Amino acid sequence: MDKPRLQLTGITKAYPGVVANSGIALTVMPGQTHAVLGENGAGKSTLMKIIYGSIKPDAGQMVFNGQVAHIRNPKEARALGISMVFQHFNLFDTITVAENVWLGLEKSLTLAQVTQSITAKAAQYGLDIDPSRPVHTLSVGEMQRVEIIRALLTNPQLLILDEPTSVLTPQAVEKLFIVLKQLASEGCSILYISHKLHEIRELCNACTVLRGGKVTGVCNPAEESNASLSRLMIGAEPPKLVHNVRETGEARLTVHNLNLPREDQFGVDLHGIDLQVHAGEVVGIAGVSGNGQRELLYALSGEDCRSPKGSIRMGDEDVYQIHPGGRRERGLHFVPEERLGRGAVPDLSLAHNLLLTRNEAIAYPGFAGGWISLATLNAQAAAIISRFQVKANGPGAVARSLSGGNLQKFIVGREIDAQPKVFIVSQPTWGVDVGAAAQIRGAILALRDAGCAVLVVSEELDELFEVCDRLHVIAHGKLSPSIATANATVEQLGEWMSGLWSATC
Amino acid sequence: MDEWIVERDMLNFKLQVRPAPSRLWTFASPLLALVLTVLIGIVLFQLLGKDPVRGLQMFFWEPVKSAYALGELVVKATPLLLIALGLAVCFRSNVWNIGAEGQYILGAVAASGVALMADKTTGSWIVVLVILAGVAGGMVWAGFTALLRDRFNANEILVSLMMVYIAVQVLGFLVYGPWKDPNGYNFPQTQTFEAATRIPKLISSSRMSIGVLFALVGVAAVWVFLFRTRAGFAQQVGGLAPAAARYAGFSSRRTLWTALLVSGGMAGLAGALEVAGPIGQLTPYVPAGYGFAAIIVAYVGRLHPVGLVFSSLLMSMFYIGGELAQSRMGLPKSLTGVFQGLLLFTLLACDTLVNYRLVRQARASASLPGVKP
Repeated sequence: MDKPRLQLTGITKAYPGVVANSGIALTVMPGQTHAVLGENGAGKSTLMKIIYGSIKPDAGQMVFNGQVAHIRNPKEARALGISMVFQHFNLFDTITVAENVWLGLEKSLTLAQVTQSITAKAAQYGLDIDPSRPVHTLSVGEMQRVEIIRALLTNPQLLILDEPTSVLTPQAVEKLFIVLKQLASEGCSILYISHKLHEIRELCNACTVLRGGKVTGVCNPAEESNASLSRLMIGAEPPKLVHNVRETGEARLTVHNLNLPREDQFGVDLHGIDLQVHAGEVVGIAGVSGNGQRELLYALSGEDCRSPKGSIRMGDEDVYQIHPGGRRERGLHFVPEERLGRGAVPDLSLAHNLLLTRNEAIAYPGFAGGWISLATLNAQAAAIISRFQVKANGPGAVARSLSGGNLQKFIVGREIDAQPKVFIVSQPTWGVDVGAAAQIRGAILALRDAGCAVLVVSEELDELFEVCDRLHVIAHGKLSPSIATANATVEQLGEWMSGLWSATC
Repeated sequence: MDEWIVERDMLNFKLQVRPAPSRLWTFASPLLALVLTVLIGIVLFQLLGKDPVRGLQMFFWEPVKSAYALGELVVKATPLLLIALGLAVCFRSNVWNIGAEGQYILGAVAASGVALMADKTTGSWIVVLVILAGVAGGMVWAGFTALLRDRFNANEILVSLMMVYIAVQVLGFLVYGPWKDPNGYNFPQTQTFEAATRIPKLISSSRMSIGVLFALVGVAAVWVFLFRTRAGFAQQVGGLAPAAARYAGFSSRRTLWTALLVSGGMAGLAGALEVAGPIGQLTPYVPAGYGFAAIIVAYVGRLHPVGLVFSSLLMSMFYIGGELAQSRMGLPKSLTGVFQGLLLFTLLACDTLVNYRLVRQARASASLPGVKP
């Protein structure tokens, strides 16, 4: 048997209050595509950053190609032959692809040489990219290609990919997999971080599962089922959701021909959006982020009040100019994608965060917006905490002390507890662990069964298929027609995500 | 580099990010800053060739040793406290009003305008108008800043600061020109205000006026506004997380106007109480830097109404101490400014401890073999 490409033993890293990695062992063979599977917060990213030299572990040993390696920074990692493609791209928008790549390389090369080697690498792996294009004109998938080419230019022996498919359409994922399989066949080892089980089973031939900073299993994912992998990952199988078929009621939210120019230069213009959400149904909007989801949600919540007259109605009332508070009074509650800083104020207690959207604890509203009754507020917060099983140190805990999943449960709970008529939620389970995600999805379905009109905007197709009755796709600021979830396929939605729905319907 | 684990090596100690800001150090940091200021002050006196004990006495003992001295302390602390209360509302709303000095001057000017209209027959009801004029003057001056920010998105830090210099010119124009006392031997000052316009004294034996009561009522009112009303909550959300304020539907324009009008009004009130109180006439020396010192007062007092009571008294000590050090020890009066600056400087340094903790490096970083500590 060959020498392992990478061998970790006893890697430990603790932060104040949390042990991110505890005694982790990991072995990657040459040419192996090795998955690192775990929930958010399981310690995957910390481990990768340790391998890449951007974090120093408290203890443990790393052996690379049979040599003990002491990697102090990413530059040394690259020199050894370790490259990493981060989930969030490190590209400058205003300069070209070639200039971006050039910035990260040895200064001895000229721009022309770099351009040439980019073209050569791109051709070798079928990564179609024009080095002279400015980065801001690229799609997210293309930006990722740039990052991958940048990583490949150093001829790595180990390539680390952190959640690479979270920003891609299903078709782009397939293309990526072809590239990765070619790389592996040439002997490059790949560390593939993900929590998407079917991808791992398709692509990887080894898998290390992390839970709570510890290794809970090493297996060959091709021989495992989703259920068995998920047991390793969360210690239990997520509960199955019951999706009752239900008659829908009247239209609660109607968007008609909404055109809205972008608010800032990095935004997306909305073109002729048509959308209806009825009482008792869940409508989903799929799409790769950055295609107008953010702008549409701003317009729907009232945070952006520039919508044209008649474009947004709640029931029979035109609400185009009504600010978020007014829409909330009419029963529209919204959970934004950003939890800290938008859905909740990081430095305020959970109880005070209720005041963002709830008025039950306000007395004498005539004077200075009303008197805050702290007792009522705390009781209300405590009720939401217990009803939605939020793990928090009571109503006085500051929002930022909660984990992502628990804060999301609290915010979703805050809005659901208001018994909304229309409930809009963006990325409901983004960065949320599997248990909490199942709970949140269950709450969304319960709300629908209670007759609420629900709109879910998500990048996760699995999630949309699980909770929605009808699906739209948003691409380039336009919204596709809706399709019943039962009739939709991943392939079709994937095509729609590229904006090609007129051809298929 | 992961921001979360930024570790800076300091000899054998290192700064480690706290999981949550320390409550203890939020309060302890101003005290530590004061101690450091005193220590640096001792060195300063040494370097100036003066007895440090006597120097510290001027700053920390003389201003509190007698009832009269305490009265003077309160006289100087009152305008500082009033202005700082307004600034606390402003800064908590993320509105950076640096021009309280200008609003203070305009308050004094407007109050003087009313006071000069009085004659021997005017009743003491005029005091009410004098005070209201002061508040209005400050609000109008701050209102310009709000308007420019609101309409043209002009930076309020620069605008409010520039408005200070305009205010100084307005004051100069009036006292050198139309309002100059005809019987004042050509001194640039107005005539002394009629007795009826003067702010009533709290006790006849002291220079303290009912301004003290205004300040104390202000403390309570700002506390209630900030911590017990929804409007005050909305105001602060605008400062803590603007996107959350927008999400909640709190108007950022209202936040801006409220913050500037409240702080302008408070500064104007301070100006009126000063000019119609201890000073008694409008002179070019009305601006004493209270508006700028109040910024330090606001931060040392943690932008908390009760904290401001203590920090305004402390800053008042520095004012009085500086004057005493000048008259009794022959030290430059700018020592007051030095102490103010030192306090703010050390406070900012000590505030590091709110978000970081100092830990002794237990292990010599020998986690990875070969990695040098």
